[in-house]
Amino acid sequence: MSNDTNNNPSLKESATFDRATMAEIRRAANTGIYDIRGFGAKRKVPHFDDLLFLGASMSRYPLEGYRETCNTSVVLGDRFAKKPIKLDIPVTIAGMSFGALSANAKEALGRGASMVGTSTTTGDGGMTPEERGQSSKLVYQYLPSRYGMNPDDLRKADAIEVVLGQGAKPGGGGMLLGQKITDRVAQMRNLPKGIDQRSACRHPDWTGPDDLAIKIQELREITDWEVPIYIKVGATRTYYDVKLAVKAGADVIVVDGMQGGTAATQDVFIEHVGIPTMAAIPQAVQALQEMGMHRKVQLIVSGGIRNGADVAKCMALGADAVAIGTAALVALGCNDPKWDDEFKKIGSAAGYYDDYQEGKDPAGISTQDPDLMKRLDPVDAGRRLANYLRVLTLEAQTLARACGKNDLRNLEPEDLVALTVESAAMARVPLAGTSWIPGQKF
Amino acid sequence: MMTVDLAAQSVRDLNKALHECKENITEKEWVVTNPKGNHNIAVGLDAEISVDIHGHAGYFCAGMNKTANVTVHGNVGQGVAENMMSGVVRVKGDASQAAGATAQGGLLVIEGNAGARCGISMKGVDIVVKGSIGHMSCFMGQSGSLVVCGDAGEALGDSLYEVHIYVKGSVKSLGADCIEKDMRSEHIAELKGLLEKAGVDENPLDFKRYGSARQLYTFKVDNASAY
Repeated sequence: MSNDTNNNPSLKESATFDRATMAEIRRAANTGIYDIRGFGAKRKVPHFDDLLFLGASMSRYPLEGYRETCNTSVVLGDRFAKKPIKLDIPVTIAGMSFGALSANAKEALGRGASMVGTSTTTGDGGMTPEERGQSSKLVYQYLPSRYGMNPDDLRKADAIEVVLGQGAKPGGGGMLLGQKITDRVAQMRNLPKGIDQRSACRHPDWTGPDDLAIKIQELREITDWEVPIYIKVGATRTYYDVKLAVKAGADVIVVDGMQGGTAATQDVFIEHVGIPTMAAIPQAVQALQEMGMHRKVQLIVSGGIRNGADVAKCMALGADAVAIGTAALVALGCNDPKWDDEFKKIGSAAGYYDDYQEGKDPAGISTQDPDLMKRLDPVDAGRRLANYLRVLTLEAQTLARACGKNDLRNLEPEDLVALTVESAAMARVPLAGTSWIPGQKF
Repeated sequence: MMTVDLAAQSVRDLNKALHECKENITEKEWVVTNPKGNHNIAVGLDAEISVDIHGHAGYFCAGMNKTANVTVHGNVGQGVAENMMSGVVRVKGDASQAAGATAQGGLLVIEGNAGARCGISMKGVDIVVKGSIGHMSCFMGQSGSLVVCGDAGEALGDSLYEVHIYVKGSVKSLGADCIEKDMRSEHIAELKGLLEKAGVDENPLDFKRYGSARQLYTFKVDNASAY
């Protein structure tokens, strides 16, 4: 019995109006403004923990863990591009903007990704020299705001990602609050210093998939058909979105589930729009398979990837690679307990901090404050990210070998079962111990 | 002078040849015939060359242009000169919607009319339209100038940042946070220079100026009805 109930066992907290809910009602009543925050969905949703692998035994042969190879490399965008991207590991770094993140954080992401042969991605606000310089493979996001967008950077990119949405806020734009708009950020975005910067929710010069096909052709023409073109969507009507993205000419499709992070948006958006990553993958794969494009147009999924098991499960469901954002920031040092005293000074705590929009991050990651930024050593943070990416890969390989697979992409839905009816229905794999997949015929 | 006939060669061939001028300008004057509404003609140029397109062009003509001088002797589709960085793009006819979208520099001249969202999210370009422009033009415009010698449609300059807008004719309505402002001497001088650059014979004193009231620059709950 905790002290906050005065040791009175008859006190009963409402499941509907719990203390966090009541605190939010009071906050709204006091301020008249909805809650804006960063991070991703914090509510519990069906996730990869609800899936298990069926390791090999009599009916399947496992591979020797330390002797037999298990390939982790993947080629992305070989449909039209002269120079597709070859990743050594199937874990990439998702798009995160300079502005939302410090220059040191962006540099660290590039360093870490390059050390293990994978790509990182720009974000709203354009490409920084630090990021380009430290990223051996850099994906350039082409966003509705076009902040910092210029053809020179476009041509420096190893791939271009046309962003239609993100999992944390599909259908929403963004807002970089004035306190993070330093001289450098303002200059890159061509706006006055210190004012709130709105990021549009839809592209200014095209509407709909037919227009997008022409836009993609324009990007190919400008880059002389050299680099792959990705399309990124937030997970909602994923089956239809993926079909339209293929029709529009995408080389690679990125599907970002609702657990995916953001630098800032309304809490109500983060928690109530979109579908879980696990539910989106089978829809995307079905769409690709029906069009005969599975493995020809590659699928990257993101949103809540934390460990090698999550990586392996995404790939077993049909993804070609995954992308991480929040987990990469944690590897750099985001929410590190060593800053707990400072988190408490700003009304938060290590492990809970999500007010990225305020620019006061004690860890020096989601800030433009020069003193706070210095706390993040990009070399050391990059090394930590590389270590973490190696662990993800080793864990995924361990599971793949146990299933008898010599390539992560040979994992398949047949290797998985679900722990709950909900996860069985969403992932379209049988409930453990049965052959039952809800929604499908026996 | 180099002529490329798009009835015989592809847009891809044309763009590749024009891109090669960045490293080695073999020909400064290019003529494109039979464009027949093809999309993405002369996109991504980065050389001090001139390109004359004889006929109508489709979407994104002269998109992301740098330093080149592109003239379309006809109409253009959506997104002409989108994200242009520098140089001059001139359309002798009409332009469809989103002309000059997000463009960061250079001069876009439309001698006819422009459709909806002309100059949407413009970031430093100067746009001069001899005719009229459609609704939601200059939406979220950040910087640069938009000159309209005819009329402007509904919601001009909605959510505007720092673009200078000059309109000679009527404005059907102003968008959120866009207001009429005084024409001071520096604005008359700026407009005179823009008209001269565009080769348009108009009297700057006949124009009105519009700009941002700067009330929506910072998110405030008091402005909730404007969002």
